[in-house]
Amino acid sequence: MSFQPIKFYQTGTFTVGNRLLNPENRSVQSHQDRSNAINSGHRACQGCGEALGARYALDAAMEATGSQLIAANATGCLEVFTTPYPESSWQLPWMHSLFGNAAAVATGIAAALKAKGRNGVRVVAQGGDGGTTDIGFACLSGMFERNDDVLYICYDNEAYMNTGVQRSSATPPAARTTTTMPVGLSPGNVFGQGKFVPAIAMAHEIPYVATATVADLHDLEAKVKRAMEFRGARYIHIFVPCPLGWGTASHDTIRIARLAHETGMFPVFEAEHGELISSLPIRRQLPVEEYLKPQKRFAHLFGAKPNLEVIARIQARADRNIQKYGLLQTEVA
Amino acid sequence: MLKQIEGSHAVAEAIALCRPEVVCAYPISPQTHIVEALGEMVKSGELTPCEFINVESEFAAMSVAIGASATGARAYTATASQGLLYMVEAVYNASGLGLPIVMTVANRAIGAPINIWNDHSDSLSQRDSGWMQLFAETNQEALDLHIQAFKLAEELSLPVMVCMDGFILTHAYEQVDMPTQRQVDDYLPPYEPRQVLDPREPVSIGAMVGPEAFMEVRYLAHAKQMQALERIPQLAAEFKQVFGRDSGGLTHTYRGEDAETIIIAMGSVLGTIKDTIDEMRADGHKIGVLGITSYRPFPLAQVRAALHNAKRVVVLEKSLAVGIGGILSTDVRMALSGIHLHGYTVVAGLGGRAITRKSLHKLFREAEQDALPALTFLDLDWEVVNKQLTRERVMRRSGPAAENMLRDIGTVASKIA
Repeated sequence: MSFQPIKFYQTGTFTVGNRLLNPENRSVQSHQDRSNAINSGHRACQGCGEALGARYALDAAMEATGSQLIAANATGCLEVFTTPYPESSWQLPWMHSLFGNAAAVATGIAAALKAKGRNGVRVVAQGGDGGTTDIGFACLSGMFERNDDVLYICYDNEAYMNTGVQRSSATPPAARTTTTMPVGLSPGNVFGQGKFVPAIAMAHEIPYVATATVADLHDLEAKVKRAMEFRGARYIHIFVPCPLGWGTASHDTIRIARLAHETGMFPVFEAEHGELISSLPIRRQLPVEEYLKPQKRFAHLFGAKPNLEVIARIQARADRNIQKYGLLQTEVA
Repeated sequence: MLKQIEGSHAVAEAIALCRPEVVCAYPISPQTHIVEALGEMVKSGELTPCEFINVESEFAAMSVAIGASATGARAYTATASQGLLYMVEAVYNASGLGLPIVMTVANRAIGAPINIWNDHSDSLSQRDSGWMQLFAETNQEALDLHIQAFKLAEELSLPVMVCMDGFILTHAYEQVDMPTQRQVDDYLPPYEPRQVLDPREPVSIGAMVGPEAFMEVRYLAHAKQMQALERIPQLAAEFKQVFGRDSGGLTHTYRGEDAETIIIAMGSVLGTIKDTIDEMRADGHKIGVLGITSYRPFPLAQVRAALHNAKRVVVLEKSLAVGIGGILSTDVRMALSGIHLHGYTVVAGLGGRAITRKSLHKLFREAEQDALPALTFLDLDWEVVNKQLTRERVMRRSGPAAENMLRDIGTVASKIA
C-alpha cells in the first residue's frame, strides 16, 4: 500500500493550509467544508492580493455566521473579476450597486433584515481603497456614525487599479501611478497629510476596527471572526498588494505584504470603541528600502542616484507608525 | 375618513398605510414634512415593523433603499430638486436593477440660481432614468397615487416617482378622504420580490453585463413600461372598486369632447386651467384640457386620441428644455405624428412664478386666434431680460446675471402678480 509521508510543514508550522494542526489552530481556509464564498474561476490577475484577502475574509465571515451572510460590493476589481456575465464566483447572496454606495446599500440590507426580524442574517460590505477612502467615504462615515450593523471591509491596494492605476487618497507618498508620474521636481505622489481610514473609523468610536495584511492570514481570519462577534458598525482594512499596479512579481504578493508590516509602512492592529487594544508586533524592524525596492512604483527613488531625502521622509512615516501603534512591543497599554 | 390636513401629512399617512418596511430620509424642502411625519410614526411605534433611517445624503437615501428593496423590503424615500440630482446615479441604478422603490418628488426648481419653489425641472430631468413618473393634480390624488404606485412598482419590478407640486400641494391644507388600513390591505398585497438577497437561496445581483446582453436588459425595461401603459388604467379601475373614487390613470380629459383648442398640462396647475376653461366655456369658447398623469410611461395613443379632432394644442409646462423649448411638448409632438394641427409650447411657472387665471385667459384667447408664437414664456418680464442683454452687449465684465436682474427688479425679489 502507498505511504503518505507527513512533512514538517504539515505539522510543525502554522502554515495557513495546515490541516494537521489542532482544530483550534487550523485556519478556516484549511477546512474541507469552507464555504468557498468566492469560488474558483474568477478573472483576478496572478498574485492578486485582493482576491486572496477577500477569499479568506469572506470564508471566515461565513464560518462565523453559519453561512448566514449577505455581501454588498462596491464597483472595482473585486466586483469585475468575480462577475463576468453570466458567471459569478459568489456562493453567498451578493449585490453590486455602485462605486460609492456599498456602505449605504449594506445599511439598507441590514435595515430590511431587521424589519423582517431576521436578526441571524449578517451583512458585509466591501470595496477597494478608491471605493472606501474616496468616492464611498461619505456613505461609509454615515454608516459608522449611525452604528449600522454592517462589517465593512476595505481591500487597500493603494490606487485605482480597475481603471488603470490612478492615484487614490490611499496612495502613499512618492508612489508612481498613472496620475502621479515620476517626472518633474517631486516625482510620484505628493507628500500630503495622508488619509488613513482605520484611524478615521476609530474616531467614530465604532465597536471594532482592525487592520490586517495578506501576509498573516491567521490574523486576518481571527479579526474577521472577532468582528462578527460585535453588533453595530465594524471596519477591517486589509493591505492587499497589487502586482500589476505596483510593478511587483506575482509570486511576491505575500512577501511584499510582510515587508509592509515589518518596515512599519502598514501598521497592523485592533481597536474597540475607538481605543487601540492590540498591535501585531514587528519581530525585527527592517528599513523601508527593503519594502520599496522590489516595487517598480518606487523605482525612481533608486538607481544610480538614490533619492535619499524622499526615502528618509518615507522612513520617518514608518517610524511614526511604529511609535504610534506600538509595533515594537507585544501589547499596548 | 375625511380629514383637513397638509398635503405632506396626507401623503405620509398614505405611505404608512402601505406598510413600508424601510424609509430613508434626508431633508430637502419642500419634501421634508413627509419624512418628518413618517419618522414620528416609526418612533412612536404607530408604524411597525419599519426601519426609519436618517441618512447623510440623497445619494445614500436611494442607496439604502436599493439595499433594502433587494433584500425584499418595501422601501420608500422622498426628495426634490438638488436632492434628486444628487442621487441620480443611484436613481438610474435602482431602475436598472429592477427594484420597485417608491419615491415622492415634491417638484421644485433646479439651481443655479438657487430657488426652492415649484416647477417640474427636477423629475423631468429624470425622464430617461427608467423610473415611472405619475403626476398628482390634487392632494387627494397625491395620496391615492402613492397607494397605486406601490402596486404598480411591485407588479412590474420597476421604481415609481410620485410627483406632487412643491409647496402648492405639499404645504397646502386641503380636505382629503383618508382610506382605512383595511381598504389599503385589500388593494395592496404584501411585496413578493422577483429577486431577493437571501442566504437560503444565494443570488448575485448587479453583475457586469457586456455588449452580448446589455441591449436585451435595457429593452426589457422599456417592455415593462409598455406593460405599465396597460396596467395603469386597470390599477385605477381596481382602485375605484375598493376606494370608490377616480384617481390615477394615464390621462384625464376635461370638457374635451368638442374642443377645438386643447390645453395639455401636468400637476396642480390643471386646477387653475380648468377654472379658466369653465369661464371660457360659459362664454362659448370650444376649449378643453388634457391632464397627463403618467408622464413615464408616456401615453402616446391616449394623447393622440384626445387631440384627434382638435384644431390646436397648447402645451403649458413648468419646465424648460434650454436650447429647444419644451420637454413635455416634445413628447406631445411625437404623439401628433401625422396629425395636422397647430402646436404651441408655453413655458410657465418656473421657479414658482404664479400662473394666474388672468394670464391664462389672455394666453388661451391668443391661442384660439393662432396668434401665439411657437414658444411662449408666460409673463416673462422682457424689460428685465433686455436690460441684462444690453448690459452684456456693452460690457465684458457684466457680473453675475441673476444678481444684476434682482437689482434691476428692486426690493421685491419675487414678483407675484
